[in-house]
Amino acid sequence: MGMKQVRPLTITGGRLVTPEGVRTGAVRLAEGRIAALGEIAAQEGDEKLDAKGKLVAPALIDFGVFAIDKPAFRFGGIARAALMPDQNPALDLPSRVSFIAKSGKPDLWVHPLAAATQGLGGTELAEIALMKDAGARGVATGRRWIADSGVMLRLLQYAAMLDLVVVTHAEDGGLVGSAAATAGEIATRLGLPSAPAEAEALAVARDIALAELSGARLHLRQVTTRAALDLVRTAKRRGVAVTAGVTPAHFMLSDLATADFRTFARLSPPLRCEDDRKAVIEAIGDGTIDVIGSGHDPRGPEDKRLPFADAEPGMAGAETLLAMTLTLVRDGVIDWPRAFDLLAGAPARLLGVDTGVLREGCEADVALIDPEKPWVVDSRKMEATAGNTPFDGQPTQGRVLALFKGGVAL
Amino acid sequence: MASTGTHDTPGRFPAGARAFPHRDLTGIAQLERHEILFLLAEAEQWVELNRQPSKHCDELAGLTIINAFFENSTRTLLSFEIAGKRLGADVVNMHAAQSSVKKGETLIDTAITLNAMRADAIVIRHGSSGAVDLIASKVDCPVLNAGDGQHEHPTQALLDALALRHALEDRGEGSEDFTGLTVTICGDILHSRVARSNVLCLQALGASVRLCAPPALMPAGVEAIGAQPFHDFDAALEGADVAMMLRLQTERMSGQFIPSAREYHHLYGLTRERLERCAPDALVMHPGPMNRGVEIDSDVADMLDRSIITRQVEMGVAIRMACLDVLTRKARGVPGWNDGQWV
Repeated sequence: MGMKQVRPLTITGGRLVTPEGVRTGAVRLAEGRIAALGEIAAQEGDEKLDAKGKLVAPALIDFGVFAIDKPAFRFGGIARAALMPDQNPALDLPSRVSFIAKSGKPDLWVHPLAAATQGLGGTELAEIALMKDAGARGVATGRRWIADSGVMLRLLQYAAMLDLVVVTHAEDGGLVGSAAATAGEIATRLGLPSAPAEAEALAVARDIALAELSGARLHLRQVTTRAALDLVRTAKRRGVAVTAGVTPAHFMLSDLATADFRTFARLSPPLRCEDDRKAVIEAIGDGTIDVIGSGHDPRGPEDKRLPFADAEPGMAGAETLLAMTLTLVRDGVIDWPRAFDLLAGAPARLLGVDTGVLREGCEADVALIDPEKPWVVDSRKMEATAGNTPFDGQPTQGRVLALFKGGVAL
Repeated sequence: MASTGTHDTPGRFPAGARAFPHRDLTGIAQLERHEILFLLAEAEQWVELNRQPSKHCDELAGLTIINAFFENSTRTLLSFEIAGKRLGADVVNMHAAQSSVKKGETLIDTAITLNAMRADAIVIRHGSSGAVDLIASKVDCPVLNAGDGQHEHPTQALLDALALRHALEDRGEGSEDFTGLTVTICGDILHSRVARSNVLCLQALGASVRLCAPPALMPAGVEAIGAQPFHDFDAALEGADVAMMLRLQTERMSGQFIPSAREYHHLYGLTRERLERCAPDALVMHPGPMNRGVEIDSDVADMLDRSIITRQVEMGVAIRMACLDVLTRKARGVPGWNDGQWV
């Protein structure tokens, strides 16, 4: 579609992040695919790029974004994004899915997640099979959970038949109500409407039970509490086809970040206590969490410059996804290959796309990364359509130097 | 007396603006113990003035105070209005229907509009926690919190402290603070900004605070803010020096939080009998308006020697006068108050 790789490119002198480990060498991208990697030399007529010892890694696949935001994705090294169905109107018709599936090409591939129910209302199943044919790579319940367990079971059975992953938002709606915070000291001090953290474990327990019953592939887009992570860990041991994700907010921040009513820290699910934050890090370390996504949801002042509980939840996360995840590598929680499995490999497997890993024959979505490069997150100077980052003012490290989609430099 | 213009009680508090180095009064949480005591001391002159036949002074003459109430209020609004007028300020009340201002940019736009009208102080009540902090960050004049959501109602806590201090003084038990005193606050703690501000204020002044509510109306983590939680009202009252009853909203008594008003009264109504569990001569408080026969029986509310409910209302005007006076000193160029930095 317009952007074909004309001339092969060989990136030399890099540290290649492969599933087997980090190795020095070169990678050759030809005809949009990874033609070779390792101890190879550029061929006659190849374009050449010297990585100068920087990381050559798979481009990020951002699983579960709420907006298509190319400048922010490019900054963040994101070549593909799985778009949540919470659009206006919702992605609950094949025509909408088909439009969205083509909307980012050629430089960004958008993989739509189809609305599980009509209008995301949680009651009537949407035309999931038709949407799959139109390009949907999964089904999602959207920002809300499906309250009716009967509907949820029928959804999972149907998706299992179609071999589509079901992406859920795991918070018990009855407990959550209109809560804007997690029950605890901070919410009590601030007088914020709050819900107990157990709302997540309740929803996770039900969704796992129904997934087990139906044989569906279940992806819990965000698991943010110790109790719910324990449930996921146990279910995985039993062999349930469940995966879990999280955004950097829940391993970088606790509800202390909301103490001054800062609406950039108003998220869904809300920030948790410090013990839950630590539990998320442990779960990333031991493999209970499979995916780190940005949850990219840029929100302008009309949504954010409001009293805390009145503000919309969500953060602009695409630009900080890589840098925040790399803090886990620096802290020794995970190694490089695992970091890029969380950011690219696992999302690719969930979506069933042949990329997200540096391997011969895979699509050449590649990022050149300086993992040490220092920078300061500044909400006023973001590439995203809005600067609602909870990491505003935070010094961090790790920047994308170059991004290649299908072998073509963006 | 008020109109003499001497503000500082020599020796007890830091001189000038160091006694109260805040531009706004958004909550008790922002205040140090000595700053609370300073406001209480400042209020004494206004208690005296308010008991004179002529209750007027010109301290704030020429200043414009806007009472911007985004949530319905009768007594707090009236109290702030009287306070401003007794100080000689031009007081304007703005009743903004909650529904039209709640969403979108309008709240900020309203704040910017008030600012452009060059108000000298803005008093705000809003239904959302943190709304007053938000407005305070967008305007150039002092902002007073008259109640924001379930967060804080600082002038209520201050007036409660002043009323309590006066009541204790009348009995010859007066001291600067409330060290050794046990205060039981009972009612809808979860939704109460009055409870939050009072916990912080009473503790800062040395009292120990018990909170009593059914589980559905008790917020999580009150131990972390130093209060002792109770579900059993009788146990909560045992030996208490003060019983502060909170209003239970009628809409919360019909099955969602509480099965019925009479069941609530059965478990949490302050009756004469229950009052006997408290310390002898324990005082009864209520921020009003009361649901007589629900959280408090009429014969308790009207006990002349025990109930200080009307005194709370009286002290409300004096406290609000003190807050308006202190917060506008910088703008009025009061010596010692125009050179410091806000914190």
